[in-house]
Amino acid sequence: MYTFSNRLKIASIILMVVGALGIGFGFISAPTTVEEAKAMVASHDNDHGDAHAVETSHAVEDGHDAAHDEHVLHQLQNKPWAALYVAAFFFFMIALGVLAFYAVQRASQAGWAPLLFRVMEGITAYLVPGGIIVFVILVLSVMHMNHLFVWMDADVVAHDKLLQGKSGFLNPTFFLVRAAIFLGGWILYREYSRKLSLKQDQADDNSNFKMNFRISAAFLVFYLISESMMSWDWIMSVDPHWFSTLFGWYVFSSMIVSGITVIAMVAVYLKSKDYLPDVNDSHIHDLAKYMFGFSIFWAYLWFSQFMLIWYANIPEEVTYFVTRLEDYKLPFLGMFAMNFVLPLLLLMNSDYKRINWFVIMTGIIILAGHYLDIFVMIMPSTVGDQWSIGIPEIGAILFFAGLFIFWVFRALTKASLQPKRNPFIEESKHFHY
Amino acid sequence: MDMASKVIHAYYNDDDVLMHAVKKVKDAKHHIEEVYCPFPVHGLDKAMGLGSTRIAITSFIYGCIGLIVSIVMMDYIMIQDWPQDIGGKPSFSYLENMPAFVPIMFEMTVFFAAHLMVITFYLRSRLWPFKEAENPDVRTTDDHFVMELAVHDNENELKNLLMDTGAVEISVSEK
Repeated sequence: MYTFSNRLKIASIILMVVGALGIGFGFISAPTTVEEAKAMVASHDNDHGDAHAVETSHAVEDGHDAAHDEHVLHQLQNKPWAALYVAAFFFFMIALGVLAFYAVQRASQAGWAPLLFRVMEGITAYLVPGGIIVFVILVLSVMHMNHLFVWMDADVVAHDKLLQGKSGFLNPTFFLVRAAIFLGGWILYREYSRKLSLKQDQADDNSNFKMNFRISAAFLVFYLISESMMSWDWIMSVDPHWFSTLFGWYVFSSMIVSGITVIAMVAVYLKSKDYLPDVNDSHIHDLAKYMFGFSIFWAYLWFSQFMLIWYANIPEEVTYFVTRLEDYKLPFLGMFAMNFVLPLLLLMNSDYKRINWFVIMTGIIILAGHYLDIFVMIMPSTVGDQWSIGIPEIGAILFFAGLFIFWVFRALTKASLQPKRNPFIEESKHFHY
Repeated sequence: MDMASKVIHAYYNDDDVLMHAVKKVKDAKHHIEEVYCPFPVHGLDKAMGLGSTRIAITSFIYGCIGLIVSIVMMDYIMIQDWPQDIGGKPSFSYLENMPAFVPIMFEMTVFFAAHLMVITFYLRSRLWPFKEAENPDVRTTDDHFVMELAVHDNENELKNLLMDTGAVEISVSEK
């Protein structure tokens, strides 16, 4: 049995407290009036010389000027919300990615993986708090506490033919109903599969194992559809005019690579504390291979989405990338290096995939890169060129990292880290590359 | 080297038995000249004590060469030699047209890495067209494995050892 060390527990609580302070600071310092917003933008411009001066100076007409100021106010008011939402979704997505990977191992009856099942089950425990937090943020958006989703504003829809056409699908009620169904389905599978997994330890036949195989295969069908629709709802709809047909896959690739990276990190951590004695370097090697492969998969989808839109150059599509290249150049191109070029070069050598600390270091790059990926998906249409990675953003990351660590490692203490009666456990122990 | 070197051939008909035999022979401190197999046996190279392959390094180098070739090639074809206007994108700047060339860069990288690696492998394994087969027995292309050891005045000792390892047939020949 694993015991949650006090040092790690205290560290996670400190992360949560410091993070909550950062989030609170973000909300308190957001402007409430147009004047405050203007003052903030002006002081920001003074700080950074005349980088933004060109942009602010070309609002010449008075009417246009006022509308622009109002817009900036909304962007600055959105900022703490967007920071919260990006971090909340990012950590939730890790748990969901692990759940999908776990279901694949179950459905394919993989022989190498059973030794890591309890680690994966521990990580997916975060689906419950993480999912509830994301759901609450979505409900608050529907209640007009923020302007993250512009299509939720009845005024905007009234003046927008395209949004009226989409309102049969993209309306607040159906949006929340869908979110509830997705979260309900994912959590239901997670809890049921975990129960069967624990029951298998005490059983004297393989019926629980077989049942787990069946529900995992069924879950994957549900997951494939619900994950894709979730990505349209929770991410793509912040840009309600724009759409991409492979967006679901793109978000999936980010999710699965982050999830596998966290499995590897938690496994290496537990190994370093002398838990998981039967997990050998070949298991870590396999996880690192998945990190390597899915990083390339991510880049493939990223580029496929980019190139078609760039080539066709249709105004309503290409605006998505124009905004990102103009206002988000560093995170947009930086994440490509962090999510593709570095994992490709660092994890290419077979031997490096077996060096535990090396896998951890590469994993940190991958996780930071995929946080930026989500950041660049959400921020451009919620805060525009007012983005920064400051106290509210880092605070939100720290808070959710703390909550994630606390919840995951607490869940790991609940059951033996090694499944006892999984029919493939011997194969997993002897797994050798 | 001996003038006329004698070799002993031990035949096996199962890859698991072969693997155990190789380990046993290595434990008895004998040098295994070669093992002929009808299919690749996982882990055999390590058991025989062969050095690790460097083919992956050559493949990486070939891939880099392919990438560079594709960059230079597309620059020559699409930018320098005959700039074309495709889909309203005038080709006068390499950087602005680079995304269109990425699939070609990818393909050329894979093409170079794969083909040159295979050719390297053939050369390193001394395989070329019309090459005489080196395997001592035609059955090694079907269902038998043959382990080859050099004999240094220890023929009987080797025979006994090999019989113990589960060999189905043993023969001694001049090489």
